[in-house]
Amino acid sequence: MGRAVAARRLGRFERPALQGVMVREIVNFSSFWRSSTFSSTVDPTIYLLAFGFGFGSLVSEVAGLDYIEFVGTGIVATTVLFSGAFPAMYSTFVKYQFQHTYDAILAAPVDTEELVTAEALWIAARTGVYGCVPMIVAMAFGLDPSWGMLLVPAIAALAGFGWAGFGIFIAAKAKSIESFSYWQSGLLTPMFLVAGTFFPLDELPTWAQVLGHVNPLYHCVELVRHAAFGFELWADIGHVTFLVAFALVSWRLAIRYMERRLIL
Amino acid sequence: MLLENDVNERDEETMNEPQASAIRLRGIVKRFGPLTAVDGLDLDLPFGTCVGLLGPNGAGKSTTMKALTAQVIADEGEIEVLGYRLPDDSKQARAEMGVVPQLDNLDVSLTTEQNLLVFAHLYRVPAGKRKAAIQRALDIANLNERRASKVDELSGGMRRRLLIARALLHEPRLLLLDEPTVGLDPQVRQELWALIDRLRSEGVSILMSTHYIEEAERLCDEVTIMSHGKAVAVGPPRELIAEHAGPEAIEVYGSPARLTEVEGIARERGWRTRRTGTSVSILQANGDAADLDGESRITNLEDVFVLLTGEEIT
Repeated sequence: MGRAVAARRLGRFERPALQGVMVREIVNFSSFWRSSTFSSTVDPTIYLLAFGFGFGSLVSEVAGLDYIEFVGTGIVATTVLFSGAFPAMYSTFVKYQFQHTYDAILAAPVDTEELVTAEALWIAARTGVYGCVPMIVAMAFGLDPSWGMLLVPAIAALAGFGWAGFGIFIAAKAKSIESFSYWQSGLLTPMFLVAGTFFPLDELPTWAQVLGHVNPLYHCVELVRHAAFGFELWADIGHVTFLVAFALVSWRLAIRYMERRLIL
Repeated sequence: MLLENDVNERDEETMNEPQASAIRLRGIVKRFGPLTAVDGLDLDLPFGTCVGLLGPNGAGKSTTMKALTAQVIADEGEIEVLGYRLPDDSKQARAEMGVVPQLDNLDVSLTTEQNLLVFAHLYRVPAGKRKAAIQRALDIANLNERRASKVDELSGGMRRRLLIARALLHEPRLLLLDEPTVGLDPQVRQELWALIDRLRSEGVSILMSTHYIEEAERLCDEVTIMSHGKAVAVGPPRELIAEHAGPEAIEVYGSPARLTEVEGIARERGWRTRRTGTSVSILQANGDAADLDGESRITNLEDVFVLLTGEEIT
């Protein structure tokens, strides 16, 4: 019988494997991009408008910025969380628990490591795009565009990769989809609020400030603001380092726990 | 005698040429907590043949199938698939085999063709050959007219054929079929049998798990009967039947009291029996059971299975 596939040694990380998993996502996305885009961008935009108009009428300036500038840049991190962690949690769980998609993929020459990496990369790519949407909306309400903002997709994608990994990790640990609410209410919601998006951390009690500084969303917020209004070299190197470390740790955690889940 | 000679010859070939098996399992043990799902299983699949794993639900068939793709890691024993040692070289083995799972895991929101496209990528079919490979798979599974249909618009039989087509995109040498016809109606089942038989005749080595006796009898060159994670008998279906059940069975009908009486008589005469619903089947009587007023019928694998495991297969 003729072989369609040349016999060659397969490596640990294979581009065709990553590509294959992403092709699956892209083809799927072509059928549900409307709902996905809606939920990932409309929520943050509502927060933007609610805080922008509601809170913005009380305060004109925060941390030396117009409130719309402050919240219009900070909101990128919220979008990253909404379009990174949440889809990763739910779609991962659905794919291994209900649709058995991962069983099918792992029966092909694809390992868990490649599967998880490809899923996280795809979510990161989407997050990079979605992250900009509320910021662009904010421009209609007085946020001035700047050249530095062109870096925002890259920042959102980096942070998005970390949150995708974290979401996959949560899904891999979850016994049922209901247990997501513990993570959401107990960890993600507080992080989303204590990130310096809607109000600066300086006004908070010290313990909350300390917690804020280990929150990846805070580092994302800071980087986006600096990209928009001017970099602070050393601080920003610190923020990037933190986000890279977060991405690495959550990526490896996701792989490890998915292996436990998928390989018996 | 003729049959025995054939088997001996094949055994010798196997010994002379270590590469003669597409699958070779030795002493596989897999435990899930207190449960031992597979308990010291040996299995050989000679190239170009179809071997059936026959057993009731819970016998360890699916666990064994999953071990062959390293989705289950055995606690003990050796696994060799297409000459690759598992689990270390499992990716290489997976690149050269196709897997049809028991649970339908197609992407229901995608079309037939899109499902195949994704797996053409995963199976490393080169870009220039993808279109042809997808067409070939559609032809094999007779799904050409449904190529643009979403999977959730397909019937159960079509979905099962699509699962098989998906496993054949890269022209594998080895095909794993885990309960390929479970839950399908008889006519669809026979269509699938024809498809599987055709693949075997084209030289694809096939390992099939099933709990349908007829399926194993029709399609398999050899069956391994599994019970509680162990192989309790191995051989071609006809030989197993001849060896364990004899050429004919005498089926005696009657009241429960009569059946119990018949069982007693058979036991005294050293014959094996099994209850088959409203009757008792007497096996290995060699034509000496005429006085019991039963009907003669041809023995089958089910007789063998029940005799060896004491379990009725459902």
